[in-house]
Amino acid sequence: MHDSVKVYPAKPSRVYLYVTCLVDSFSPDTGFDAIALLEREGVAVDVVQGQTCCGQPAYNSGYRAEARKVAEAQMALFPEPWPIVILSGSCGGMMRKHYAELMPENVDVPAFSQRVYEFSEFLLHVLNVRLQDQGEATEITLHTSCAGRREMGIHEAGLALLAQLSRVTPIAHDYQSECCGFGGTFAVKHADISRAMAEDKTLHIAATGVQEFVSTDWGCMLNLNTTFEYQKASLRGRHLASFLAERTGLKRSSD
Amino acid sequence: MQQQPQLFKDASQHALADATLRTNFRGAMDFLRNKRERVLDDAEFSSLSAQCEAIKQRCLSQLPALLEQLETRCQANGIQVHWAETPAQANEIIAAIADGCNATSAVKGKSMVTEEIGLNDYLGARGVECLESDMGEFIVQMAHEPPSHIIMPAIHKSAAQIARLFHEQLEGVDYTEDVDTLIGIGRSVLRGKFRHAHVGISGVNFAVAETGTLCLVENEGNGRMCTTVPPVHIAVTGIEKVVQWLQDVPPLLSLLTRSATGQPITTYFNMISGPRRPGEKDGPEQVHLVLLDNGRSNAFADEQLRKTLQCIRCGACMNHCPVYTRIGGHAYGTTYPGPIGKIISPHLLGLDATRDLPTASSLCGACEEVCPVRIPIPQLLQRLRAEYRSDEEGVMSGAGGGRSILEAGVWAGWAWACEHPGVYRLLTWIAGRMRSLVPWLPSAWKNGRTMPVPAARSFHHRYQQRKSRP
Repeated sequence: MHDSVKVYPAKPSRVYLYVTCLVDSFSPDTGFDAIALLEREGVAVDVVQGQTCCGQPAYNSGYRAEARKVAEAQMALFPEPWPIVILSGSCGGMMRKHYAELMPENVDVPAFSQRVYEFSEFLLHVLNVRLQDQGEATEITLHTSCAGRREMGIHEAGLALLAQLSRVTPIAHDYQSECCGFGGTFAVKHADISRAMAEDKTLHIAATGVQEFVSTDWGCMLNLNTTFEYQKASLRGRHLASFLAERTGLKRSSD
Repeated sequence: MQQQPQLFKDASQHALADATLRTNFRGAMDFLRNKRERVLDDAEFSSLSAQCEAIKQRCLSQLPALLEQLETRCQANGIQVHWAETPAQANEIIAAIADGCNATSAVKGKSMVTEEIGLNDYLGARGVECLESDMGEFIVQMAHEPPSHIIMPAIHKSAAQIARLFHEQLEGVDYTEDVDTLIGIGRSVLRGKFRHAHVGISGVNFAVAETGTLCLVENEGNGRMCTTVPPVHIAVTGIEKVVQWLQDVPPLLSLLTRSATGQPITTYFNMISGPRRPGEKDGPEQVHLVLLDNGRSNAFADEQLRKTLQCIRCGACMNHCPVYTRIGGHAYGTTYPGPIGKIISPHLLGLDATRDLPTASSLCGACEEVCPVRIPIPQLLQRLRAEYRSDEEGVMSGAGGGRSILEAGVWAGWAWACEHPGVYRLLTWIAGRMRSLVPWLPSAWKNGRTMPVPAARSFHHRYQQRKSRP
């Protein structure tokens, strides 16, 4: 559980963006939308080409030596003291909380972990964004990821950003704090239990009557969107960054 | 009851297919969660759980000394103390005590540790009928089932299922779903048993080393009956239940009842400090305390795993666990189900038998969030996964038993690719090209979900192109 009060720094002029392996492979647009939002706030964005994965899959599967190797390789990619903004509470939790457990002997970890921010948290608390809504009136529900909620303590940030949009009504769904059932390899090793959790979550999201939902974690989104698709339901989720970029008039970046 | 965590996968599938069971659990867990929320605000919970964590850690840090002190003080109070390393030894000790008073019947208060050692079956086979007197336990015993929750053993059953059970199992009982009537029937059966039982058996919630006092928390008064009416009382407990001082009890008790059932306090709180003294009108003539290890000292030996023993058995972790809520307690095949069961059962039964339990968690952290003694359950699950997969840490029984060359090779390859961005990019590029062909995930995923399809071109690929554009 997150147990320390995070002290946020002043707005920096430059940040590293960690797009995460799932955004890289499954939703490249999310990465470009996040860059657009950060740049609009006057922040230069550095995407290091060497970044691959934070190491969480191996760590959660019990392969610590492998996770450690990957974690060390990632840490070496961010030599400048800029904040590292991550498009996932889950990878953020890995870097902010679990790197220290994984590498207790590595003296560089605490300073590195302190520089890690989840994207919505960074927009809200470091950049202090003021979003101007330019879209039509709509309703939306937010799926907060468990890692974002319980490891990073940032689940309120997404809601606070949505609340800045004048014509967007956030609708809470039942069992909002309950897990969607992804959990990385859990969804494969115990696919049936995971599926039952995902089905319940899609039921509760659909029950709100919204046309779209958002999340700040692509892991949860893969789980929920493929469940909706299997059910032949039209409801889909996308990353909060894409929703915010569209609502605030940033043209969706493509090539 | 035989414990079969090896069958977890089959048992959980079976449970998922049972719509009634799932509805029963969802309703019951919602009820318990809401009740807890009404009696515990965040600020009070935060300060009190910090205090309780500190108490349990202090007591565990001096566990051997406190157990010796407990033994000395109990003996001074006239309580006979017995040590059992294994379930078999505990059963033998209890059976010998029963034999010593020619017992043929025993009444039992709710005690998970006696489930852990399989006491009912053991005594039953030796001609001592052991009747459960907690209403929930009474019901599951009648149904020949183990408890499916550590606080509410029969929570998986609906009123209609219980009504049918009473009607079929008890002579002359008409079918009724009226809860008060059912409880009245159960009570009248139990009353006669309390009066005539030779032995009363109970668990222990807190054993106070300072004074040699055994504390017992309960709601129905059956615990008090079991520990005062029969001439012999046998209390059974795991060694981790010892606390140092009497003053350690109130904060723990206060969080125990509120975390468990959302009650500010239970109806009964028994403090047992010895057998009947000369001139006293009631109480047993003998009181025995059986202290059970059963793998606990292995957990104690490792500083991180020791946190498992902080547990005060409130059940809040299972009430809030999305996995437990879906599959119920029986699927685990262990005495202690849910999140706490996943971290304690490997110590009791070995990592091999319990290999599927630590992985059956999405690590969502709900259990840790509500734990009144702040056990870092997700962290311990990850530790157990590592213990079973690798020979790196290896302090538990069965450590390294799950190491497969194939799986280890896959992760080594994955790590190698992640350390070499060029290789990693090539792999994501291939995945993007072949996205409709690659069988990404096992079929288990696809039953209920479609295949996640990678983008034709990855973010990094597009980013690179964008940068190289003039």
